Order: sequence, then C-alpha cells, then structure tokens
Amino acid sequence: MFFFKKKFEDLTENILEKTEDLSDKELFELASYDPDSAERVAYSDYSYWRSTFRVFLKSRVAFGLLCLMVFVIIFALIQPYLPNQRDPIEIFINPETGRQFRNVPPGEEGFFFGSNNIGQDLWARIWSATRTSLFIAFAVASVDVTFGILIGALWGYVRALDRIITEIYNVFNNVPNTIVLVLFTYVMSPGIRTMIIAMCVIGWIHMARFIRNQIVIIRDREYNLASRCLGTGTFRIIIKNLLPYLVSVIMMRMALSIPGTISSEVFLTYIGLGLPIDTPSLGNLLNEGRLRMMSPTQRYQLWFPLAVISMITISFYVMGNAFADAADPKNHV
Amino acid sequence: MLGYFVKRTLQSLLTLFIVVTAVFLMLRLMPEEGYFEATAGVDRLTIEQQEAILRAMGLRDPIHVQLGNFYRNLFRGDLGTSIIFRPHVPITEIIAERIPFSATLGLAAISISLTVGIPLGAGMALYKGKMLDRIGTFFIVIMIAVPAVIYHLLIQLYVTDWLSLPMLFNERRPESWILPILSLSIAGIASYAMWMRRFMVDELNKDYVKLARAKGQKSQKIMMFHVFRNSFVPVVQFIPASILFTIAGSIFVESLYSIPGMGGLLVQVIQRQDNPLVQALVLIYTCLGVFGMLLGDIAMAIVDPRIKFAKKGGAR
Repeated sequence: MFFFKKKFEDLTENILEKTEDLSDKELFELASYDPDSAERVAYSDYSYWRSTFRVFLKSRVAFGLLCLMVFVIIFALIQPYLPNQRDPIEIFINPETGRQFRNVPPGEEGFFFGSNNIGQDLWARIWSATRTSLFIAFAVASVDVTFGILIGALWGYVRALDRIITEIYNVFNNVPNTIVLVLFTYVMSPGIRTMIIAMCVIGWIHMARFIRNQIVIIRDREYNLASRCLGTGTFRIIIKNLLPYLVSVIMMRMALSIPGTISSEVFLTYIGLGLPIDTPSLGNLLNEGRLRMMSPTQRYQLWFPLAVISMITISFYVMGNAFADAADPKNHV
Repeated sequence: MLGYFVKRTLQSLLTLFIVVTAVFLMLRLMPEEGYFEATAGVDRLTIEQQEAILRAMGLRDPIHVQLGNFYRNLFRGDLGTSIIFRPHVPITEIIAERIPFSATLGLAAISISLTVGIPLGAGMALYKGKMLDRIGTFFIVIMIAVPAVIYHLLIQLYVTDWLSLPMLFNERRPESWILPILSLSIAGIASYAMWMRRFMVDELNKDYVKLARAKGQKSQKIMMFHVFRNSFVPVVQFIPASILFTIAGSIFVESLYSIPGMGGLLVQVIQRQDNPLVQALVLIYTCLGVFGMLLGDIAMAIVDPRIKFAKKGGAR
C-alpha cells in the first residue's frame, strides 16, 4: 500500500512540474488522444516468467544444479570435438606388450577415468553414455508431451470424448508399467528406437491424464466462457487460452520424467533387455561396472557411472520440484 | 456400493483380457528360435524338421485358433511347458516351486514399508522443518530420484561387509533374508513417508484443525484423532501402486541375491529367450498388478465413504 501511495505522489509531482512550464493558453487546450499514456497508469511490471525465474533463483540448490546440468549437457555435446579425446568404443592396445589395456586404474596411461576390462576408455564412454541416455530421456519426454497434450487437451475440453477416453484410460492404467516395458523391449530388437517406443507406449497416457485434469480445472473459467460466447473455435481456445496456462506445469512434468526414464533404462539393461553392448549408455556402463565390483581395485568402474547417474537423476528431480514451486503464482512476490 | 464393486471388477477383467491377448499376440512376433530346445540346436535341424516341430506345437495354425487353444489351456490352469530353461517341465510346476520365496519376500517388504513409512511420514509432518523432516526429505529425494538398481547394489556391496551377512541368499541360513527384505522395503518406506507427509501437511492447514485448536484441544489429540485418520485415507490409495513397485523391485532384488523366486526366474528366462516361460511370468505379474489395483480401489471405497460411486468414471 505504501508503495502505491509513493508511486502516486511521484506521478502527481511529475504532472505538476510539467504544467508549471506551460502558459495559461496551452494549459486549457484539448489534449489529443494518446493510447500509450492512457495505458500508463494501468501498467504493472509483473511478468510471469520473470517472477518464476526470480523465485527459482532464490533456491540456491536448484540453481546450482541447473548450472551443473547445463554444463554437463554442453560438455557431453562438445566432448568428442575436444582435443585428445578417445573413441568410446575403440579397444586400445598397449604398443609395448601388444595386449589390450585391461582395467587400467584411473589417471594412468592417459586413461582419465581408467579403462574397462577390454581396454576401452571409461572417460569417453561415460560422456558418450550420458549423451545416449539424455537423448533417450529427452526424446521420451518430448513424445510423451506431444501426444499427452494432443490427447489430454481433447480429453479435457471436449465433453463428448471424456467418457470414452476415461474408460480407455481406466483399462490401461491397471497394467503394471514395468511389464509393458519388459514386454516391448523383449519382443522388439534391442536399440535406442525400441527403448524410446517402449517407454512412450505407456508414458503418454499418464501425461494426457495429467493435462486433462489441469484443463478440466480451468476450462469453465469466465475468460473461456466469454471466448466461447464470442464464437471462438475449440482449437483456438485450446491453443490460445488453455495451453499457455499449462506451459509451466508441462515443463515441470518433463523435468520430473527424466529421472524416471533413466531409471527405466538402467532397469531394462540390468535384466538383459538394454541397448546393444556397442552403444554405451549409462545402464550399460553400470552393468559392466557391476560385474567388476567384487574386486576392490576395479570398483572405480562401478563408481564413475554410478556417480554420474545419481547426479543427473537427483539434479533433474530437485530442479523439477523447485520449478514447480517457482511456477506457482502464489509464491510470486 | 455393490454396483461399484461389480463395475470395477469387470473393468479389471477387461484389462486382463486385453493384456493377456496382447501378450500372446506380441510373443508370436518373436523369432521362432525360441521354440527349439537348446540341446537339439536349431542349426542341426533341417527346415522340414523345424517345420514339423513348429506344427506339432500348434504354431502353424491360424492365429485365432492358436488364441482359442491358448485360452482353453489357460482356463484349465495349463501354461504350457518350458522349452529352454528346463525342457519339457510344466511351467506351473516350475513356478509353484518359486512362489513361496517371492511371496515371503514381497509380503515382508510391504508390511515393513507400511509400518515404518507411515509413522516416518507422520513424524516428518509433525516436526515440519525440523531435523527429522530434513533428514527424511533428503532420504526420500534420494530414494525416488536415483534408480533402484544403484542403492540395491550399494546395499549388497557394503552392508553385507559391514554386518557380515551372506552376500547371496541361502535357504538354510535365515539371516540371509534380512538384506533382500530391507532393500525391497526401502523404496516403499520412502514413498509412503512422502505421501503421508504431504497429506498430513495439507490436512493441518484446514479449518477444522484450527477450530479444534481454538477450542483448546491438545495438539497430540488433534493429530491422533483428526489429522492422522483423515490423511491416512488417501494413502490407502497408494498401497496398490506400492505393490507394483514391489513387483519391479523384486525382479532386481531376487536376481541380485539369487533368490529362487519368480523375479529372478524372469531375468533368467529373458536372457535365455524361453518364450513360453516369459509369457507365463508376464501374465502372472500382470494379474498381480491388476489385482493389486482392484484391491486398492475397493479398500479406498471402504475407507472413504465420501466417494461418489455413481459418478466415479466421469467426475474424477
């Protein structure tokens, strides 16, 4: 309140100052219509995204993790083009003995993170795996969001479809996720595409339900009612009135789905349905490390992938939750 | 209420029917090597012999006949015989040996996660922002974000050393049950604690709690009689979801500790591509999941009398 009062005083003072310079005649001339100055008093400098960002930055942990993840993603992308990087799937042979560099400890022989039991460079493999796993995670999240928005918006907004899609959802919601994953990856030939398809088969329906619930909450607000009375078409209402409102929650869901996708990938690899061995992925590396974990000197092969997986999953989880808080207008100042 | 139960049960049956059919049809798309015994060897058979074997197994019939036969056998309780894992042994026999291990493990894990997780969540809500809450939140974030394989591996690797417990399961040593059950229940503890805390915090901000406070009731009494009871109701809904979690978890834990249960078996037969056995195990896990969800919804309806049965489908 005090703030507004002060602003008002400033404004009146401004006007008085200006009028002092004018002569009597000029003072009583009719003012011309100026749309900008008409808007001036009503203007507030509240911006949704700026406030969201500001609240997000307040949480130092989340901001730190955001910087870390941006760094990891950029580094994973440029790593192959840096000097002195080795190929992730090349097997390195010791020129003196003519044998492979098996299980070289970290830091020796130019292997920054050591080598695995057939002589591949763990450092290069970890970055290559991070690229693969993050690619899968983002691809799954984008496909889920695309289909989720499409179906979810229709499901929530078009009443005639509500009953049918709800029944379909009720049937599919009962199927255990894990089983669908196992079945699809078992039947199809292993590869990145199979993995993405298997994860999207069930993922989009949960996204659609989430978006449907959000849309049901806002679809009968007055501004939508007004739009509808003015004859706006369904698609225009969905695209212009409903979805912009949901962008922040959708982004939050995307961030939170990334740890889930990585976990599923690790799970599938563990039970033997993962990517082929020549495609390094975080799950593959963890599995290789697991086979070596019984000898303490080779445990680094488990620890490096484990640390990277934990770092990525925890970061996205914490960031998603912090973003959820920041996106809620109730938390904006 | 009875109408709701009937409708919900029918829905589950429909789900089961669709999934069973889908599983059957999808596994028919698999390469046919999965139908030959390892001892016979696909390469050593001529094409005619292979065809003869496939025809004898009914795999050359039209697909609807195969499906009909499959359902007829299923209703008689016949899941077929294993081909690669243990040739010619009926699958029901193989699985029957393994159910006691899986059931003991799963039930013990679920009961531990309920008895530890719910009080933990309630305690975190009571002392919100205090030490217990912070430690608990940290624990929950780690358990939920990090893939289960990772902490199962770490528990197996370090806790066995630390408590000098056996690393692998041994039927004759009862103490080897401890770590598998602990690993399996730890994720459940985290999810129950999370939901319990969230619902209790929501409930604490409601007007009736303020009224009870204003009337001068003791804080503990409010907690016990009002808040805890009301927030326990939505948690009931998550019990079936945790059964599904336990299913996924048991697949890891059983194969990690080589417990002779169904989860470990699934991993083995997937790696050896024994199609009929994979099919049978997938069906069993699906049934467990569908049945768990059904029980959860029914329990929810019994516990919470406010659920409107008539509008359940559309109003949710």
